[in-house]
Amino acid sequence: MRHATAAIVCGLATLMAFIAVGFGQDDQFRSHMWVLVLVMGLATIVLMRRVQFAPAGQRFAKVEVDQNAYMDDVIRYGVIATTIWGVVGFLVGVIAASQLAWPVLNVEPWFNFGRLRPVHTSAVIFAFGGNALICTAFYVVQRTCRARLWGGNLAWFVFWGYQLFIVMAATGYVLGITQSREYAEPEWYVDLWLTLVWVAFLAVFLGTLIKRKEPHIYVANWFFLSFIVTVAMLHLVNGLSMPASLLGSKSYSAFSGVQDALTQWWYGHNAVGFFLTAGFLGMMYYFVPKQANRPVYSYRLSIIHFWGLIFLYIWAGPHHLHYTALPDWAQTLGMVFSIMLWMPSWGGMINGLMTLSGAWDKVRTDPILRMMVISLAFYGMSTFEGPMMSIKSVNSLSHYTDWTIGHVHSGALGWNGMITFGALYFLVPKLWNRTRLYSMRMVNWHFWLATLGIVVYAAVMWVSGITQGLMWREYDSQGYLVYSFAESIAAMHPYYVMRVFGGLLYLSGGLIMAYNLYMTVCGKLRDEVPMGDSSPVSGELKAAGPAE
Amino acid sequence: MADKKDIDEFSGIETTGHDWDGIKELNNPLPRWWLWTFYACIVFALGYSIAYPAWPGITGATKGLLGWSSRANVSADLASVEASRAVLGEKILAMDLADIEADPDLLQFAVAGGASAFKVNCSQCHGAGAAGGGGYPNLLDDDWIWGGDLEQIYLTLQHGIRYDADEDTRLSDMPAFGADEILERSDILDVAWYVRQISGQEHDAEAALRGQTVFEDNCTACHGDTGAGEPDLGAPNISDAIWLYGGSYDEIVTQISKPQQGVMPGWADRLSGATTKQLAIYVHSLGGGE
Repeated sequence: MRHATAAIVCGLATLMAFIAVGFGQDDQFRSHMWVLVLVMGLATIVLMRRVQFAPAGQRFAKVEVDQNAYMDDVIRYGVIATTIWGVVGFLVGVIAASQLAWPVLNVEPWFNFGRLRPVHTSAVIFAFGGNALICTAFYVVQRTCRARLWGGNLAWFVFWGYQLFIVMAATGYVLGITQSREYAEPEWYVDLWLTLVWVAFLAVFLGTLIKRKEPHIYVANWFFLSFIVTVAMLHLVNGLSMPASLLGSKSYSAFSGVQDALTQWWYGHNAVGFFLTAGFLGMMYYFVPKQANRPVYSYRLSIIHFWGLIFLYIWAGPHHLHYTALPDWAQTLGMVFSIMLWMPSWGGMINGLMTLSGAWDKVRTDPILRMMVISLAFYGMSTFEGPMMSIKSVNSLSHYTDWTIGHVHSGALGWNGMITFGALYFLVPKLWNRTRLYSMRMVNWHFWLATLGIVVYAAVMWVSGITQGLMWREYDSQGYLVYSFAESIAAMHPYYVMRVFGGLLYLSGGLIMAYNLYMTVCGKLRDEVPMGDSSPVSGELKAAGPAE
Repeated sequence: MADKKDIDEFSGIETTGHDWDGIKELNNPLPRWWLWTFYACIVFALGYSIAYPAWPGITGATKGLLGWSSRANVSADLASVEASRAVLGEKILAMDLADIEADPDLLQFAVAGGASAFKVNCSQCHGAGAAGGGGYPNLLDDDWIWGGDLEQIYLTLQHGIRYDADEDTRLSDMPAFGADEILERSDILDVAWYVRQISGQEHDAEAALRGQTVFEDNCTACHGDTGAGEPDLGAPNISDAIWLYGGSYDEIVTQISKPQQGVMPGWADRLSGATTKQLAIYVHSLGGGE
């Protein structure tokens, strides 16, 4: 009986969720368990419809899986999930931005800004970024180890378990269930589930590394492994809490006061460091050399900047708590470690960009490679901006303002988004055995819409952030405050409207990508003039040959 | 490593001999500028952490050669601000409100300080420009529920309105004529028309005439014969078409039936004596002071 075990497990989970509805201690927990009943029930029905029974008295011959073939089905699912969650995340971002510009759009209580914001951040970081990391890690580790994923169906558990985590996290936020820890909002029971999924992810990845047929471990895998291990550690420590009830949605942190704050920002900063930086550098180290078809610039640089990054990043979190109750010594260390982090971060950008030496002409004709280049450019910019903002005197202006939001988005939209788009455009034709993408011209449109969107967004947030910071600290000649807080909010309105516009550009690029990838999967090829070959000049140069 | 040296054709640089799914690595050295900038950052970090509090030990952390601390820094900042305000501030505390207004230097200082305190403490209800809003009085006009001269404003500021925590708070309590069944529903409907009439708005003349009797029997004790109000009792003027809870017929009916009673905290125990005085002078200066 195929799928029988999975169907039974899902059915039992549905039953247990149903019991939890009955004995739940608070309304939110009961509502949340209803969501779980619905999700697991649906999964059970789908699985049961696919169960196949062997004829009476016989058993299915054990399905022989070719242990030499790569396990790509789960990666295909991951690519689809990444694309869908990406569009959802960008959409919720545009909605949240609109709510700030036009407060009337806040629909109480489920869809106010306070609840939709974590839906946006978790959707883009964990749903879009997380799925991208999991599926590229699975793809890259198999190719660079020449080994099939370890653990058989464990990879499927990682994929579906992670999707369940995302659905439970997002529906929890909308219901008002939160730990109030930024980027770690899910409550204790969702945290426990993620821990299980993450350990399975680590097992699959590590198992594949161990059974590799290559003598050495490729640099991309160092980054992926550091990302998986560190995120596990961060999640476990920051999530330490005592539930108020084993059938309730509320828990209390194991830490209190400033120690709690420091734990949270040790987590929050390293979520950026290891999820959004180290993990995506792993992605970069595979897809950039592949797309450029050039060797990585410097092996030595990759070693030094890897260890520099890993060692320094973990100490930089206190810079999120400058000028707070955090002791001065911890603030100082947070700042100086952030400054030392600048060059190790840039090592990745240099190694990526210099890998293009010998392939720079391709940037003109290959919009996928161009996406990867711009993502490295934004990576470089935001990893310079970060250490700069960690300097206390800069931070006294930038802290609590939109400048921080702009900084995060130049990194997230520019670096994480663009490198993921590049990877998706690389992966889809390979995974579905297509000769090429449906349309390269659409990739080009996506590139320009996204780039313009990021530039609008980041520039607008710089202006609004610095305006806010200056208004808050404006004193008259007698030392009295000039502006009330409400006046600084009123001054933000035009920038918030422009930010919505920037977000819309980025979202429309994402929609074009989703359509393009869908058509590619369907096996369609758009009839179009190839990129770069339309110009008569290049034609003449080709005719002239290498004499140039 | 490969037995034979593998040289990249384009750059002429040797590779490490590894090959992962077609990816090779050049054996380039670390870029010099990168390495030296990295060293410079480390040197800066070390220097900074010697100058400022940084390295934790068992009983405490190093204090730094500069002896800087954020607490001392804030204290010094606050002390310097206080010192710069000391002379004028003491004068404000000691002098009568009227005398402060008469001195141009003191007046300017008091208005600046009052405006700042207003933005931090008052704008949440009364608006950044003090124009008020539904349920929160406009402080720019000359319609004052509790009186608009300096001393009255100062008194309101100190003790608040219907503020339980202060024994001297200002209290006025309009009866709930409808909810407590003091008046018949029909009387309330009539008297509301009368209020529309004396405030010079469109009204049902016949009903207003009936309402006049009700008004004279029930309302004049506080709001006065003409409805001009009585600041000593906190009874608003209801003949000037300036409304705290709206002047439409329905809103007037609602307010008579079950009045809303706003609360303002007293500030005497939250703000310094000089600041409360500055606030009184600032509010008085806004244009509506009597």
